[in-house]
Amino acid sequence: MTKLSKLIKTLVMLSAFLTFSILFIIIGYILMKGIPHIKPSLFALKYTTENVSLFPAIITTLIMTFLSLLISCPIGIFTGIFLIEYSKKESKLVELIRLTTETLSGIPSIVYGLFGLLFFVTSLGMGFSILSGALTLSIMILPLIIRSTEEALLAVPNNLREASFALGAGKLRTIFKIVLPTAIPGIFSGIILAIGRIVGETAALVYTAGTVPQIPKNLFSSSRTLAIHMYSLSSEGLYTNEAYGTAVVLLVVVIGINGLSSLIAKKLRKGELNG
Amino acid sequence: MDKIIVENLNLYYGDFQALKNININIPKNRITAFIGPSGCGKSTFLKTLNRMNDLISDCRIEGKVLVDKENIYDNSNININNLRKRIGMVFQKPNPFPMSIYDNIAFGPRTHGIKSKIKLDEIVEKSLKNAAIFSEVKDRLKKNALELSGGQQQRICIARALAVEPEVLLLDEPTSALDPISTIKIEELVEDLKDVYTIVMVTHNMQQATRISDKTAFFLSGELVEFDDTHIIFSNPKDKRTEDYITGRFG
Repeated sequence: MTKLSKLIKTLVMLSAFLTFSILFIIIGYILMKGIPHIKPSLFALKYTTENVSLFPAIITTLIMTFLSLLISCPIGIFTGIFLIEYSKKESKLVELIRLTTETLSGIPSIVYGLFGLLFFVTSLGMGFSILSGALTLSIMILPLIIRSTEEALLAVPNNLREASFALGAGKLRTIFKIVLPTAIPGIFSGIILAIGRIVGETAALVYTAGTVPQIPKNLFSSSRTLAIHMYSLSSEGLYTNEAYGTAVVLLVVVIGINGLSSLIAKKLRKGELNG
Repeated sequence: MDKIIVENLNLYYGDFQALKNININIPKNRITAFIGPSGCGKSTFLKTLNRMNDLISDCRIEGKVLVDKENIYDNSNININNLRKRIGMVFQKPNPFPMSIYDNIAFGPRTHGIKSKIKLDEIVEKSLKNAAIFSEVKDRLKKNALELSGGQQQRICIARALAVEPEVLLLDEPTSALDPISTIKIEELVEDLKDVYTIVMVTHNMQQATRISDKTAFFLSGELVEFDDTHIIFSNPKDKRTEDYITGRFG
């Protein structure tokens, strides 16, 4: 028995160590390969075939993230509110919405890309544009936002709703002044995950936002995000070193966004909410 | 004078009848206590008085509840939010909102349209004083209410209920989650409040009922078994079941 438990303990620790070290090996490898190739020219305002600047891609990534969240957060959060606060628990409509969102979250991103190409780019005539890309991505992250909103709302103790109703507050006021503010940190963690998916997405964007290395002039201009930029550089085979440099920047951007978001979430959790 | 008159009230959860033909007159500016074993329907009955049972989807209610001679289940002339403003409620577990003490108290008045900062300050101070907690929290009104102790939180909840100036205060086992010292504080507070408010409280603690209530109602299996002056219920009950319960033969 003691032998067995010792063996299991070793296995458990080994697995934990393996997980931990894999992350560090990946990050270490990218840093080692990438940092030597980070030069000022990589951040030039304009992309040329000589400098393969990633600056336009950073701007595009930020715009893409902002746009996608702008579209999908309101829809997702309101859907979550409907499902938890308004709908009857066993209604057919709710089942249908649940089934739809679960299915949506199971679809591979390349399928989203193809759908975006056929629907937004071609049928609606938006062309390869950051708008097509953002619309496609917002559909992709919608299930994530809905799910995290639902969970955050479910975690709000029912006695807070009761307290609000007992003071004569209506449903709308109870939801927007009590329930939603209490749920915000949870909803935010879903948004952070969504940001991660947007920043790291390539397959859904290649066919919708395109790969033009430029700062988007308007909603209808084609631009590449950092992830696509990296994909292009490495698949072209000419700029492998620069691709590693870009990977370092992508890593920093992702860690930065995550850090910022969790900081905001922590602030929201601690801070006093206004009645 | 009777503040609340209940006539032939039946309440069903789906097929289950939780309250059976309740008739009771609750006097104004008195403390009325509901006692009875768990699951006897006393909390359910309390919640019919401010229509909190409306929140439960398969709950059906028959009969009349008259507050100042007006049937609160007559939807044609009752505004439910206004009703709940008139009939405040404090729950078993302290449930302050996760916001500052000030905002907790001001939530109700703001809900009912008071915006002036001066007026709100006034209401917050008055409510906290009436709930006997002002001196303990006056220097930290901007602090989160969840940082207070359980007993303090419950008094914040009472202050919050008082802030909308209700006529009736419903207390659902307000001290069951609290320590003895907090319990005494709340009991003293409730006794002071009855000059202004009509108080109805559910308690599982018979000593509490004898200590502070004027009238006591004994519930059993959804029925109102006996309702009388508290000293009569506890010294000379008319019903055998009441006697069995207060002498501790069950429950």
